[in-house]
Amino acid sequence: MTALLSVKNLTVEFTTRDGIAPVIDDLSFDLAPGETLSLVGESGCGKSMTALAIMGLIPSPPGRVASGSISLAGENLLQASETRMRAVRGNEISMVFQEPMTSLNPVFTVGEQIGETLRRHQGLTRRQAKALSIEMLDAVQIPLPARRINDYPHQLSGGMRQRVMIAIALACRPKVLIADEPTTALDVTVQAQIFDLMRAVGKETEAAIILITHDMGSVAEMAERVVVMYAGRKIEEGYVDDILTRPRHPYTRGLIACVPHLLETVSAERPYLQEIPGMVPPLSDFGFMGCLFAPRCDRVETLCWQEKPKVTQITPSQSAACWNLQDAKVRVDA
Amino acid sequence: MTDYSIQERSLQPTSARVEHPLIETARMFAGNRAALSGLAMLFIIVVVSLAGPWFYPTDPFEMVWSPFSPPGAKGFLLGTDYLGRDLLAQIIHGGRATLAVGCAAALLSVFIGITFGALSGFYRGWIEETLMRITEFFQVLPTLLFSMVLVALFGASLGMITFAIGIVSWTGVARITRAEFLKIRELEYVTAARSSGASNTNLIFRVILPNSLPPIIVQAALLIGFAILFEAGLSFLGLSDANVMSWGAIMGNNRPYILLHGFTIMYPGLAIFLTVLSISLIGDGLNDALNPKLRNR
Amino acid sequence: MQFLAITLKRCGLGLGLLLAVLVLNFLLMHLAPGDVADTIAQDAGGLDAEVMAQIRKDYGLDLPLWEQMLKYFYNVAQLDLGYSFYYNQPVTTLILEKLPATLLLIISAQVVSILVGVVLGVIAARKPNGIASHFVTILSLVGYAAPVFWTGIMLIILFASMIPLFPIGNMVDVSVERTGFAYMIDVLHHLVLPMLTLASIFIALYSRLARASMLDVLGSDYVRTAQAKGLSEFQVVFKHALRNALLPVVTTAGLVFSGIVSGAVLVETVFSWPGLGTLAVQAIVARDTPTILGILFFSSLVVVVANLLTDMVYRIIDPRIKTAETSEI
Repeated sequence: MTALLSVKNLTVEFTTRDGIAPVIDDLSFDLAPGETLSLVGESGCGKSMTALAIMGLIPSPPGRVASGSISLAGENLLQASETRMRAVRGNEISMVFQEPMTSLNPVFTVGEQIGETLRRHQGLTRRQAKALSIEMLDAVQIPLPARRINDYPHQLSGGMRQRVMIAIALACRPKVLIADEPTTALDVTVQAQIFDLMRAVGKETEAAIILITHDMGSVAEMAERVVVMYAGRKIEEGYVDDILTRPRHPYTRGLIACVPHLLETVSAERPYLQEIPGMVPPLSDFGFMGCLFAPRCDRVETLCWQEKPKVTQITPSQSAACWNLQDAKVRVDA
Repeated sequence: MTDYSIQERSLQPTSARVEHPLIETARMFAGNRAALSGLAMLFIIVVVSLAGPWFYPTDPFEMVWSPFSPPGAKGFLLGTDYLGRDLLAQIIHGGRATLAVGCAAALLSVFIGITFGALSGFYRGWIEETLMRITEFFQVLPTLLFSMVLVALFGASLGMITFAIGIVSWTGVARITRAEFLKIRELEYVTAARSSGASNTNLIFRVILPNSLPPIIVQAALLIGFAILFEAGLSFLGLSDANVMSWGAIMGNNRPYILLHGFTIMYPGLAIFLTVLSISLIGDGLNDALNPKLRNR
Repeated sequence: MQFLAITLKRCGLGLGLLLAVLVLNFLLMHLAPGDVADTIAQDAGGLDAEVMAQIRKDYGLDLPLWEQMLKYFYNVAQLDLGYSFYYNQPVTTLILEKLPATLLLIISAQVVSILVGVVLGVIAARKPNGIASHFVTILSLVGYAAPVFWTGIMLIILFASMIPLFPIGNMVDVSVERTGFAYMIDVLHHLVLPMLTLASIFIALYSRLARASMLDVLGSDYVRTAQAKGLSEFQVVFKHALRNALLPVVTTAGLVFSGIVSGAVLVETVFSWPGLGTLAVQAIVARDTPTILGILFFSSLVVVVANLLTDMVYRIIDPRIKTAETSEI
């Protein structure tokens, strides 16, 4: 399998009042063509920053890519010129953001906002771009697309707006679509529709998808592979089926246990939902030379406080970074 | 970093560091160099204006030397005006009236503004409609012209001038107060107070108003500066109380001679400029200190 | 259609406001000590009571107050604002003669200050800690704190007296007869200093506002979307961000119009600019009440019209159906 997008040893640093903090710490993962990969973890663990790093949109200052590489089909994007990056953004890699309510520009019509991407990257005329924009609105299942194209964002519901965002992102048939919590701000019923849509349109345009989420439920529904992140570090990676049934990192296990319907049976023995105690450490603690999850971990050992966990390759496809790996036989709901 | 520090720090509840909002505001303000220098400057100006006449008792209305003596001549530090009156004495003595009119007019407009803004923001409906129409009316009225008319028709006394300034300057306060009231009246703690039987008066004065004060305070501070500028403008046009010396009046008196004797206008103008500047610096500092959203800018 | 309906509604409100100004004018006229008869008597060096009563009757001052008010409204509707005994001319004629000069001054000052203010604000917002940003901060403090007439006088001393680049006052050079293009150039030459003086306050205001609002918009989600689309920096800033950042500037531009008119009174006085402001000051010195109140009415009219235009501009820039006024909430 040759990777379409390959992130290697990526470190992104932020300058804060307390010093320099690595918001992404030595992160590596590959994305195969047409694959759906999920980055999962709680808020503030560097998922969105990873997406922005791939797009070359790290806010600078205070942010800076300190080291590593991001290659798209063999081309290192971190060394690409700004002009080249602009040709990549929205064209080869595009992105759907979390907040559909605020991610569309309120003063332009929906058609203008889809069409402008097409004009920019595909060199279409205004008329061609409009025709294709209508097609895109149709593809994201917006009724009466020829009329909706003249609507302004405030005339659309949240779900509709996210469909428009997806239409913008997929208009140029990108190789990679990054969806950053695309359904978090939406109603549950709409979430399912958006996921269905992303799956369908993604398949049709053959885009590989990076789905960023904090919800293991979404992962189970959408993704083939998953990268679990904590405090800027990758702590576990593998196929979704393997991770869900045999999570090896205590944090992954905690994330899964938070979502009741993922477990095969909701039995009387598990009367309450589990939660992971504590919260993601503040930025100033990022880069700490031990395990950052240690303060919240129920399996913590002395070694966890002293050294950064080594990555253990469990199977060819699954790896985890932990000093005290969960026994593979232990079921999540035990 | 020691091994266990992360554990202690991460598990510490963050609420332990919260301080009283007033202390936090004061700390923010004290950390703002521009605002502090504004405060220092204003302090000096106020002290000189209030106590100066005792230390520099020269009568600002008395002709002491030949007209338009340049600064420094014959011991008159800033020279003399078109009647040969000591300019420094005029500036020192004129500060009182300028500051007094500025503060009184600002107070009047803050009072009107809060009343209009609070009532229209709280009661909505026809009250809001009526009060907002009146506010709009005062917005389209060319303020300086209207004040000129008032002072010209009803006499240029300090009281009338103060009234003429205060009556045209309150619309900003009213708009801000109304916006705050509209925002705060929907918040949960207001609903909570309402459902526990608080009267409307109680809600307005004890619940909503205290919480909407920060932007009003900032606006009030800026209004003092505005009123001082306004008073100077009126005096410059000759609409000042002839029996009272003020910075604007000095400039108005010497207006015909600007080309030959610019200093007679430069110095009083500088006094106004520094006063308003220091007030603006303080206002900005208050704004930053009182507005938590801007703190991280 | 909605656009038209709102515009009509706003026009109605504007008319209402003007009517209120008229009521105020009328009340002021009657509350003020002395009336037409007194003025004429003063001019004539004293008249006997009978003649005064006759004058009052001629001017309808013996009618009930409400009748006088209706008559006043009727007159104003026919553009009759009364007669100035000081200038021996109808007030409307006087005002219309001076109005173009004032309009030239306030419109040019408004346009220049919005342009310069927005450009400065955008440059400053692009680098929040850069030199331009500090410049805007200082400029906005200085521009606000300096009394506008004082700024004008300092500019005269500097650029008309010490370095004689510009004339010290008036609107045209009366010593030379000019027509056509040369006349226009001469007027523009005279306009520079008063316009800059008046604009100085508002450049300060707009640059600060534009900077804050641009900073806000540049951090918004839709600007990030525009960047993620691969648009050029220019398109991101000037197409996507600027249009949104202009909204508060437009709102403020409408609100400060009455302030600009006020500033113009002072600036006209400093530069002997032959506009409504100079006329107003002369009328006040001469206690020419009809002229003063006529100017008050006409400048309110200017502000109301300007507000209507601002409101329309706002609704063109912002498709969300809102008026400039409610958008502040």
